[in-house]
Amino acid sequence: MTLTSRFKLSLLAAASLGLTSVSLHAQEDTIKVGVLHSLSGTMAISETTLKDTMLMLIDQQNANGGLLGKQLEAVVVDPASDWPLFAEKARELIEQEGVAATFGAWTSVSRKSVLPVFEELNSLLFYPVQYEGEESSKNVFYTGAAPNQQAIPAVDYLTNEIGVERWVLAGTDYVYPRTTNKILEAYLQANGVASEDIMINYTPFGHADWQSIVSDIKSFGSEGKKTAVVSTVNGDANVPFYKELGNQGVSAEDIPVIAFSVGEEELSGFDTEPLVGHLAAWNYFMSVDAEANDEFIENWLEFIGDDARVTNDPMEAHYIGFNMWVKAVEKAGTTDPSAVQDAIIGVSVPNLTGGYSAMMPNHHITKPVLIGEIQDDGQFEVVWETPGLVAGDAWSDFLESSKDLISDWRAPLSCGNYNVSTGVCSGQTL
Amino acid sequence: MYCRIAIFRIVALCLFFSSPLVRADVNTGIAELDTIFTDFYEGKGSVRTEALDTLAAMPREDTRELLQGILDGDLMFHRPSDTIVWAVKDGREFTMTSLDRSADLGRDGSRKVKRLKLNNSVRAYIRQLIAGLGLYSSNATERLAAIEALIDTPAAIEQATLDELLSAEQDQTVLHALQSLLTRKQLSSDDPTIRVTAVKALRTDLSSESRAAITRVALDDEDTDVRDAATSVQQYHEQQVKIYGRAETVFFGLSLGSVLVLAAIGLAISFGVMGVINMAHGELIMLGAYCAWAMQQLMPQSIAAALVVSIPIAFIVTGLVGIIIERTVIRFLYGRPLETLLATFGISLILQQLVRTFVSPQNVPVANPEFMSGVLHINGVFSLTLNRLYILAFCLLVFAALVILLKYSRFGLEVRAVSQNRAMARAMGVRSARIDSLTFGLGAGVAGIAGVALSQLTNVGPNLGQAYIVDSFMVVVFGGVGNLWGTLISGMTLGIANKLMEPWAGAILAKILVLVFLIMFIQKRPRGLFPQRGRAVES
Repeated sequence: MTLTSRFKLSLLAAASLGLTSVSLHAQEDTIKVGVLHSLSGTMAISETTLKDTMLMLIDQQNANGGLLGKQLEAVVVDPASDWPLFAEKARELIEQEGVAATFGAWTSVSRKSVLPVFEELNSLLFYPVQYEGEESSKNVFYTGAAPNQQAIPAVDYLTNEIGVERWVLAGTDYVYPRTTNKILEAYLQANGVASEDIMINYTPFGHADWQSIVSDIKSFGSEGKKTAVVSTVNGDANVPFYKELGNQGVSAEDIPVIAFSVGEEELSGFDTEPLVGHLAAWNYFMSVDAEANDEFIENWLEFIGDDARVTNDPMEAHYIGFNMWVKAVEKAGTTDPSAVQDAIIGVSVPNLTGGYSAMMPNHHITKPVLIGEIQDDGQFEVVWETPGLVAGDAWSDFLESSKDLISDWRAPLSCGNYNVSTGVCSGQTL
Repeated sequence: MYCRIAIFRIVALCLFFSSPLVRADVNTGIAELDTIFTDFYEGKGSVRTEALDTLAAMPREDTRELLQGILDGDLMFHRPSDTIVWAVKDGREFTMTSLDRSADLGRDGSRKVKRLKLNNSVRAYIRQLIAGLGLYSSNATERLAAIEALIDTPAAIEQATLDELLSAEQDQTVLHALQSLLTRKQLSSDDPTIRVTAVKALRTDLSSESRAAITRVALDDEDTDVRDAATSVQQYHEQQVKIYGRAETVFFGLSLGSVLVLAAIGLAISFGVMGVINMAHGELIMLGAYCAWAMQQLMPQSIAAALVVSIPIAFIVTGLVGIIIERTVIRFLYGRPLETLLATFGISLILQQLVRTFVSPQNVPVANPEFMSGVLHINGVFSLTLNRLYILAFCLLVFAALVILLKYSRFGLEVRAVSQNRAMARAMGVRSARIDSLTFGLGAGVAGIAGVALSQLTNVGPNLGQAYIVDSFMVVVFGGVGNLWGTLISGMTLGIANKLMEPWAGAILAKILVLVFLIMFIQKRPRGLFPQRGRAVES
């Protein structure tokens, strides 16, 4: 690093009042790993934990001798829940810090915001959160669940095991719930559910007054057919939603709610007594009985220094993604993004549920799907799991616009959205 | 390559399945219970329910207690010793007692003590079993619970059993419940006249089970008289449901309105009376909510008392914060609304980040006290949620206290004097600077009280305030700046308007429509519903 660029950097850091990078003194013999999670603003509630997870994983790797004989160095930046700032911070990480790979982003819009940056500068992003699919980028590795690894098995469980015939699809009004509900609606109708048995409801971010909606759900569910709510309600809005369900006396035995965005972390914010029996679909639960999981929890509690903290699914996704990256770098012998991209496909590492997850050619991974019921201690009890691993599908088979698309980043195809019926690789459409 | 992935999958599958190790039989310390708990712990589906049946049928004194223990999760499995124990959580460990409660089995870490697997169907099954055991209980509440559990499956109870219970019952409430169970049973009687009487008896019962039963009879009964009777009752039910549905919407509207009024009323004082645009108002609400949390942390034994105590505490804490903000920032900016807006916006960001840094970026849990959970049952279709009811009452109480304070106290007089004509008030000997900071402190304190109320409805986190700041300004502007009554009326109006539109427009569109209506209204009457009159307006 030249003197001028270092000067520029410190100037920039000073100018932005410490909101910019907290780069630990740069050394030539370290490999830098970018951590791009919001530490302030609305998303800090979820993303701060993932930043800590990354720091823990990097610490552990360093304690085990680092990578390629070098120590890893975390470069933490704060994009402050501000989508355009995500792109700026990503550029800063890649261009100025020269990170070998970046772990970060939570919301889909922040991912969409950084995606062109990673593609332009050919760097790697590991994205750890369940999302709506319909995307596959050469530079992004999706370690969270695609809809077929969460939403579809959840609906199958409710249909086959609980006998649900009437569906409320309730979500927050943004891209993930909208796309997921579109896929679910198509899937349910393909399975013979009449459209009057599907009720779709969207609410704004942070919606706090659920009285009328819960009352509607109650009357929708009182018409004799077994009813369930499939909830893609995001973040903060869940607490008042569940409280209202409890207050209006909707129990999980009458109308179960299955959530895709409610995990241990979200439940640690409140008293779960009225929620017992409601469901969530994830690829990992803290309560899973596996040696790898026990060890991970021990390490996490020790690292964070607070026994009351919990682990959750996106943390596991980072655990898997980070280990995959480490293994791919060892395999390639370099951190060069193109070499790692080739090396990582097919890499398989242990997950925390006692099995192995592998990186697929479409940059999604294989995972088990678990359905858990909320218990009164804020944990989930696994009541059902897929018999094997499910491979993430980038393009949903249930949407007209994407059912012919496949993604395969291996040569010679090297395409994120290849249309099998027309034989055209149309390039990434956003 | 595909072949490689297939191998991964097979390896993964094997690992996945082999992880739950084959376990030895479960011990309970009571010989006759060993197989039951082994079946329940290791079995699946019907094996488990049969085990429960066997347990329920045992002539043991503690059958009910054991079932309840399974249901509540008090019975757990200690992995190292393969024993079922009574476990009580104590920090990260459990203290364990043997199943017959005779021996203390020491303590062990929470990863060593496992819950017995429960899911919704097993939970419902156990409840039914407990209810069945409760029919002959000596405790009236238990008998009542048992009867209520049976109300949907009247076929499950024999007519003879029912008659026997009816003749023996002394308690009026339980007798009443038994009679409605009898009515439900009579709906499937062989005699059409009994069926007609039963249908007529269900006329006053608006519960969804009763309505569903009537609808079934109206459609399927083979006897025309019975069908006609059922149809007329059904129509009556539908009409009642509609009426109570409207009442429910109004209640939802009032309760949303009360939240809006609570959030806005502090702003009505600082913005309305003093003309200060305080963007940090939401964060003062948030601080109030954190006071509720802090008090509950300090008094974990008595949640209800903590909540009551936190009301004055929140008032004082946020009031002091308000006075500090006024003394250090706002007083230098009077008469410069744009600068005030930016400065207070900055303060709001600082307060948020302070909470994130020093408390936690995560939401914090605030428990609902017992008396605030549950519903006030009016009838089968209409019930009022207690927490909303309390908050509505609380809102009116706070409002009344403020009106009295501003109207009848010396402080109120001085506040009104300063807000109407500062120069004149000062000439009369009112220390206007002191009144300014006290008024701002009062507005902030009331915001804190609102925060305590909101902590019961929504989640308490650093972002709490942002959700309410826009709504609060909306209410104050619509109501007319400087008028407390205007704030009350406008908050309630906006709440009811929102809830009336929500069923057909959806939550998002309803909000937009309310906003559009508000903009048009302000165009027409820029000073809101109840404009301030007199000379003060001119300045």
